[in-house]
Amino acid sequence: MSARVVVAMSGGVDSSVAAALMVAQGHDAIGITMHLAGDASRCCSLDDAEDARRVARTLGMPFYVAPYQDRFRSEVMEPFADAYLSGRTPIPCVACNRRFKFHYLLERARALGAERIATGHYARIDTDPETGAWRLRAAVDTVKDQSYFLFDLDQQQLARTALPLGALRKDEVRMRARALGLATAEKPESQEICFVPGGDYARVVEQIRPDAATAGEIVDEDGRVLGRHAGIHHFTVGQRRGLRLAAGERLYVTRIEPEAGRVVVGPEAALLVRTARLENVSWIAGETPEEPIRACVRVRYRHEGAEATIEPDGKDGARLRFSEPVRAIAPGQAAVFYDEDVVLGGGWICREPA
Amino acid sequence: MRIYLDHNATTPLRPEVIEAMCAALRDVPGNPSSVHAEGAAARAAVETARERVAAAIGAAPETIVFTSGATESNNAAIHSALAAARPKERRTIVTTATEHPSVSEPLASLETRGWRVVRLGVDRDGLIDPDAFAAALGSDTALAAILWANNETGVVQPVRRLVELAHEHGVPVHVDATQCIGKLPVDAATLGADTLAASSHKQNGPKGVGLLYLRPGATFEPLLRGGGQERRRRGGTESVAGIVGLGVACELVRREGPARAARMAALRDRLWNGIREKIQGARRNGSATAVLANTLSVGLPGAPGDVLLAALDLDGVAVSAGAACHSGSVAPSRTLLAMGLTADEARCSLRMSVGHGVDEAQIDRVLAILPDLVARVRESAA
Repeated sequence: MSARVVVAMSGGVDSSVAAALMVAQGHDAIGITMHLAGDASRCCSLDDAEDARRVARTLGMPFYVAPYQDRFRSEVMEPFADAYLSGRTPIPCVACNRRFKFHYLLERARALGAERIATGHYARIDTDPETGAWRLRAAVDTVKDQSYFLFDLDQQQLARTALPLGALRKDEVRMRARALGLATAEKPESQEICFVPGGDYARVVEQIRPDAATAGEIVDEDGRVLGRHAGIHHFTVGQRRGLRLAAGERLYVTRIEPEAGRVVVGPEAALLVRTARLENVSWIAGETPEEPIRACVRVRYRHEGAEATIEPDGKDGARLRFSEPVRAIAPGQAAVFYDEDVVLGGGWICREPA
Repeated sequence: MRIYLDHNATTPLRPEVIEAMCAALRDVPGNPSSVHAEGAAARAAVETARERVAAAIGAAPETIVFTSGATESNNAAIHSALAAARPKERRTIVTTATEHPSVSEPLASLETRGWRVVRLGVDRDGLIDPDAFAAALGSDTALAAILWANNETGVVQPVRRLVELAHEHGVPVHVDATQCIGKLPVDAATLGADTLAASSHKQNGPKGVGLLYLRPGATFEPLLRGGGQERRRRGGTESVAGIVGLGVACELVRREGPARAARMAALRDRLWNGIREKIQGARRNGSATAVLANTLSVGLPGAPGDVLLAALDLDGVAVSAGAACHSGSVAPSRTLLAMGLTADEARCSLRMSVGHGVDEAQIDRVLAILPDLVARVRESAA
């Protein structure tokens, strides 16, 4: 009998085709939709579960919905809100991947007798021809590449994961969905965070943590008060919109000071930095390099990457030194290290000590 | 071969039911309300079914109203009882915390429109306390609504006693008997309930048909008004073939008598004894004596019910975990929580319900695979 595999099916076109590919490869594939956010959210809502169910039916796969709403709230949504309220710019998708798809779903897969899971992420997994270690690589479709969101997976997780879309372009994925007559073939793309419909982060933060927002001052680098704001969760480093200042020059958020509840603004030049501090650094290969290494570092999802030296610092910290200044590095975002298309690892950007 | 242990969700049709329904679909095309021969034949089929249903539950034929199912029967009974109540004086409804949603949801909706709802808690066995029930009844009580046997645990309330108590206070009683027919003796006349709801598909009849029993002489305010069918108590052209199927299913219940439930109980006990012996930590949810003959609700600590359900399903065994909700996602059972189980205990529970078509060999097959699946599920989460 062929190997049993659990496919994480969100109800979107990508995971639908991932499921189809696993079936076509002869796997004994089981579809599971993780019910994460409440019904109002776009992704993994009940409508999406119904779409996934239709696709599973078309493909002749067993299909189940797994309820994780409570854990998703406490392990993803609340930390997301708390991050904004403490002056950081979080990426909940990384925590969602690590905790839910590559931990809880892997657990559930094992309980169902499946040693592996498959997802619709655009990234590739293979083994290093020299060491035999598992590697995470960017997708062939560089526009869709999602390896950034998977940087903190470990060897065990990679060994038990299949990413069947990594070698395909998005248009090929859609073509396959159409050819197979999958119900999700024409579903629109979404780049949003699933529980932030319309991209209104501040409103979602206020819903998750009512009354936590406190108004404060907007100041310049010299501490001069330029205006007021309704809460630091409205801001991220590099932001210009929503400041509502009457200053002559264009001002950007350069820093957020959560203790003082202050938003610091400055000219665009003040956004450029040459170094950044990282915490909770992880390396795909499992071992921290002993010497500083050079790599291409992406400091946000759509960042094209900047050349930097990574200096390991302590148990799981690191210091980044960029060859050229980099614009708008926001605490809370991930810095992911690449050697060509191979993900070496990454860490979380934290505030420089004052 | 699949093994179906989810007879509290629905049951397969008995061959006799299928045959009678096919014959009705083929040979009885008329509308029971029509005057001509085709109409008369359809009416005869419906009335024969009514006699069979009535005989199975110890009632007179004219007390039976056919509906679209137990959900409609429950809604209609509540609607009628409250229409008859004088809202200024009687605006409280006494019920239990472990009702089926087709009672608890209409009551919750009424609550938002000014009615008061008293929900009596249950003990660890799933039973309500008759003294607490009596104490909750008052001159302002418009209705008592009680689930006779719980769909999730199979726990059987002492309804006979509860009806007596309610009537002592002049309070009408609605009994939801959806899970009962064929699993315990149902005798509407001796029970004395004012209204009683039941389904067809829980006892090997078709889905989409149900019945509502009305105590003789009671007034009734229809929920569905229309063409005056069912003695003006339920509008809408009758589902003739469905009603015929329900009639045959009830006829089989009557003919088999207590042997049917005894057979279920033997299978259920075989299942429980095997589980208790082979799976460490297994415990039974709810009373082991005041329980339906076919139902086993079992707690398997460390093994979430929804995961185990999927694992069993993939190995060919159909069971239930918690209350299935529309999306196919499973929330911890309200009934088990009301019995004082922790959320974790409730989540790590399975419901297995036997019925026609289940045999000892199937039970033994389940007992052969279940311990390994439980072990695997427990290990995966460790």
